[in-house]
Amino acid sequence: MLRVLALASVVLLGIAPQASQAITVYTSWERHALVGSDVRLSCSFFSWRFVSEDVSFTWRYRPDGSRDSVSIAHYAGGEPYTDNKGAFKDRVEFVGNPKRRDGSILIKNLDFSDNGTFTCDAKNPPDIVGRPSSVRLLVFETLPIQAGVITGAIIGVVLGLLVLIVVIYYLMRFLVARRVFSLSVSKHGKKKKEGSQQRQASFLLLLFFLFLLPLLQYPPPLLPPLPHMHPVCSDKRNRLARCHHHMTIWRDYNSIQRLLREFGMRKRVVKGNIHLLCMAAQLT
Amino acid sequence: MLCILLGVLALHLLVFILLIVSTASNEKGHSDLWYSCLSEPKAYSCSQASNEDWIQAVQALMILAVVFCFVSLLAFAYQLFRLFKGGRFYFTSIFQILASVFVMCAAIIYTVMRPSNGKGFGYSYVLAWVAFPLSLISGLIYLILRKKD
Repeated sequence: MLRVLALASVVLLGIAPQASQAITVYTSWERHALVGSDVRLSCSFFSWRFVSEDVSFTWRYRPDGSRDSVSIAHYAGGEPYTDNKGAFKDRVEFVGNPKRRDGSILIKNLDFSDNGTFTCDAKNPPDIVGRPSSVRLLVFETLPIQAGVITGAIIGVVLGLLVLIVVIYYLMRFLVARRVFSLSVSKHGKKKKEGSQQRQASFLLLLFFLFLLPLLQYPPPLLPPLPHMHPVCSDKRNRLARCHHHMTIWRDYNSIQRLLREFGMRKRVVKGNIHLLCMAAQLT
Repeated sequence: MLCILLGVLALHLLVFILLIVSTASNEKGHSDLWYSCLSEPKAYSCSQASNEDWIQAVQALMILAVVFCFVSLLAFAYQLFRLFKGGRFYFTSIFQILASVFVMCAAIIYTVMRPSNGKGFGYSYVLAWVAFPLSLISGLIYLILRKKD
């Protein structure tokens, strides 16, 4: 316990000298604006000290291609002062809230000659050691599309379409398999009752196979193939119950397979899709 | 069978590497996909490539080609172990052919719209044009290939 206290006090003492660390000023990196519009350049700072009454903000402007900067806005002693002689006469307004560490300015009615770098310098006595931060202003006639917007859009749309197509494809296969399976189950259930209805159901089932199995064949199943083609179930003993269930279907499909072979369909087509129907069976 | 598989896989990897190098490289002194750099005797200045629509479309298509090539590589690995005997590598070939189509589109757009400042073509451009027929051939091989294991 004492050790914890000692450690904590050491840490706190280590932090205390940082109370007089440098002030950090934050502005945007770059601002894009249209000719004739207004732009708000934001500037804020972080300081370990509370905001004093002598907090000051200074905004300087350096045109593109020039090395000298001229001051255009200043806030000190609770009063804002803006340019009343130079190029920014009556166009600059101090809109920040210094008590909330915000020293933003608003520049109205932009022109192409306003292209340049704006530097904000904030001082919070006694915290005065810090580097000013700059924001670059670019004035355009028409705003260009940001780099990467179109790139991201194209990539996103194509990948999204791909995912959608894959999902729809598997959904369709699954639904068709379920439909076929439910038909066969209904046929099997009423087997003892009416013979003509059975024949009708089996005919419908056959139709389904004829029309939909070619569709199902199309890309070959990405799902795992069956290890052996004999029983539809796996070899594990604890799946015996399901095995029986499937064996009945298998009997039906064997007969259907024979019929299909007469029609010229490939055996592989039927075999390749039986596990799908098994899957559908497990879920119904 | 093993030789064919290894050969096809090697070709696929070659295409993948070519695509990556072509997409991600920036040669100094040429106007490229991501940056345009001017080289002077003792200095160089790079600025981001123009924000024009066509360059962004070329960027997107090249990235998509790389992605599809990678996905087809994964599909090949999957189908190698999971496909039933006698089956064709459909998914692999579809993705590979799509990748080649994207590379072709990107190369064509770049050829048509490139800034006419007579600087010539960088190696990334040449690599893209080389990758296109190779990936097309690779995709077609996958289409014809049958799993015999």
